[in-house]
Amino acid sequence: MRVLVAILLSLVCQLAAAHKPSDSYLALETRDAIVDVQWDIALRDLDFAIGLDADQDGAITWDELRARHADIAAYAVARLTVAGDGDACPMAVREHLVDEHTDGGYAVLRLRATCSAPPAALRIGYRLFFDLDGQHKGLARIAHAGGTQGAIFSADHREQVIQLASPGAWSQFRDYVRHGVWHIWIGFDHILFLLSLLLPAVLVRTTQTWAPASSFRVSGIEVLRVVTAFTVAHSITLTLAAFDTVTLPSRLVEAAIAASVVLAALNNVWPVIATQRWAMAFAFGLIHGFGFASVLADLGLPDGSRLAALLAFNVGVELGQLAIVVAFLPLAWWLRGRWVYRRLVFVAGSMAVAALAAAWFVERAFDVRFIG
Amino acid sequence: MTAPRCLKPLVMGVVAIVSAATAVAAPRIPVDGSEVLERLPVTVGDRRLRELAPLRAALNRDPNDLRAAVTLARAYIDTGRTTGDPRYAGYAEAVLSPWWTMPAPPAEVAILRAVLLQRVHRFDASLADLDRLLAENPRNGQAQLTRATILQVQGRFDEARQACAALRGLVPAMYVLACEAGVDGATGRLQPAFDALAAAFARVPDADAGTRAWVLGTLAELAERAGRFTVAETHFRNALAADPDDQYLLAAYADFLLDRGRSREVMSLLAGRGRADGLLLRLALAADAMKSGDATALAGQLRARFDAAAMRGDRVHLREEARCTLHLARDPHAALALALDNWTVQKEPADLLILAEAAAATRDASARAVIDAWVARTGLEDIRITAALRSTKSATTAHPSSASLRSTR
Repeated sequence: MRVLVAILLSLVCQLAAAHKPSDSYLALETRDAIVDVQWDIALRDLDFAIGLDADQDGAITWDELRARHADIAAYAVARLTVAGDGDACPMAVREHLVDEHTDGGYAVLRLRATCSAPPAALRIGYRLFFDLDGQHKGLARIAHAGGTQGAIFSADHREQVIQLASPGAWSQFRDYVRHGVWHIWIGFDHILFLLSLLLPAVLVRTTQTWAPASSFRVSGIEVLRVVTAFTVAHSITLTLAAFDTVTLPSRLVEAAIAASVVLAALNNVWPVIATQRWAMAFAFGLIHGFGFASVLADLGLPDGSRLAALLAFNVGVELGQLAIVVAFLPLAWWLRGRWVYRRLVFVAGSMAVAALAAAWFVERAFDVRFIG
Repeated sequence: MTAPRCLKPLVMGVVAIVSAATAVAAPRIPVDGSEVLERLPVTVGDRRLRELAPLRAALNRDPNDLRAAVTLARAYIDTGRTTGDPRYAGYAEAVLSPWWTMPAPPAEVAILRAVLLQRVHRFDASLADLDRLLAENPRNGQAQLTRATILQVQGRFDEARQACAALRGLVPAMYVLACEAGVDGATGRLQPAFDALAAAFARVPDADAGTRAWVLGTLAELAERAGRFTVAETHFRNALAADPDDQYLLAAYADFLLDRGRSREVMSLLAGRGRADGLLLRLALAADAMKSGDATALAGQLRARFDAAAMRGDRVHLREEARCTLHLARDPHAALALALDNWTVQKEPADLLILAEAAAATRDASARAVIDAWVARTGLEDIRITAALRSTKSATTAHPSSASLRSTR
């Protein structure tokens, strides 16, 4: 008897496809100006609309479906529109797959709509099957930076507008801080300039040579002075440039930055400015600020929160700087008495930096490339 | 083994459920070109629909062809009724679309719209159409009958009785008696209603299959509520002999068998009929009662069906969902909420029964008050409801140690 029951149950399970009203499933995902769509459409409904069963045997095979892919794509695209902020986003089918839901087999279309700019709101128009099945519904899920939303399209509701929220203020702030940190860490010219000014902080200039400094406190204050002067200077010009108050041609700025590195490095070998290095940091920091501004211009400041983003970027730069200084100072203090530091790192290193920076200068001033 | 959950429909749920559906589902590219992806329904109704292809063509040329639209819509509605497939209702609605949103469409369209609205439990909208139809033509038999049925489902028994009386002279006498028996049977005249209908039926031995199925089904339900189980069974069997595919009859007989503990017979009765949600419910209940190994799988399928309905905002199967939630998911509080929701739409004895069972399982006093008030006002007699309520009473007065009483099933 249990065997009979099992057989009966298996019959039930085989005929698992349910009777239910007609639905299609839409999953939309927006990324900048792109809207990716996955659209599941019941094979039964497609057959009712355009005919899929070529040999009329009551079964739709993969071969039969494939033969109609172009027609299915045309049919579907004509009945789904995506517009961003008023402009239509042209849509094309990229892939055809299949899947199953509770009521049977589905054709899965993967489409991409390309908008002219990242939209603030999406207007979705849906009119699949309403002319054939008054109870058909399109069940949509829209995923965007601000979260996920659901929408149901029916014969009475053929259009919906989805507001795409901008990412939250805090996450935006965090993003710009990250950018600031990143750009100082990859800004070798800025780092080399800073290090050139900091290398002598743990030394003391005697008549013709450098001797290790005796007071960590004094060295620390020197470092603080130099870094603060640099920070204040580049913050000023970064802000001025970011708000377009002062603009300088970028070639000029980049060349000047390279020149500043040369001068700072050479100053270690032939000290012209021995004790007022903070002034040098300030003066050249002004130019470095314009360099950061060009990076920020590439990133772009968000319209509603320019100041916050600028502040965040600056904070990031300072944090990045701080990390370098905190890594540098104890190491430099520990090594300051060694020959390795005084002759190799300090003198030879500064000359190497000067040479490198000179090469940069030539590249940037004359728009040539040999280091890359 | 986790218990399956039956979810309440919400639009916000669309996100979660579509996400889950598309996460679990795995779109793929088939490897074999001859793989069958879908089997199209091939029923007698479909053959009939193929014969109507010329009508379909005429409608494509002129969507405003009323004759063609009405004929085609009627065919779709009939096919939908016999197969239990709700897509046909959608096809009918689409065919009637030029007139669907009119406040006062032509009479032939209005009656079909009323029937379709009734199918999806939009009773008030359906009644509006029917009232307008009957104001223009009080002798419209189908409109009167549909109206009487809706009023009975809504528990508006005085109006339903008047509507049944208005059927005299419009439809065969048997229909009038069956209509009145349905109303009387729910308002304290259970035995007289049964006797009158049984006697009338005996006098008409050559009634057609549809009439026989309906009258015998009504007699079976009346007998079951009176506790006369042998008589009920005879009538159920005869009704199904007249129309073996009637979804309503199959469900009612399955419930009868489940109450008698005859789950195995439910499996054979409903074998291969799992496509309809209501029948899948009975199969799942039977499997659960037999503690069969497939019980979880069946309950899981059922949950997927309710999820799909929830996604599109359908609330047609609230009664079934409440039963699933109470007896399969074993969540009496959620079941009570669903049963109360259902009660606002439908007030048939079966609706009161699931409400009583949920109220008993939760020992909810306010739900119990609703039930008691209804029974007192209408005089409803139903031995199943009495038994369910008795378990409430003993549950509330018993000691905590015996508070594990469940509703009888």
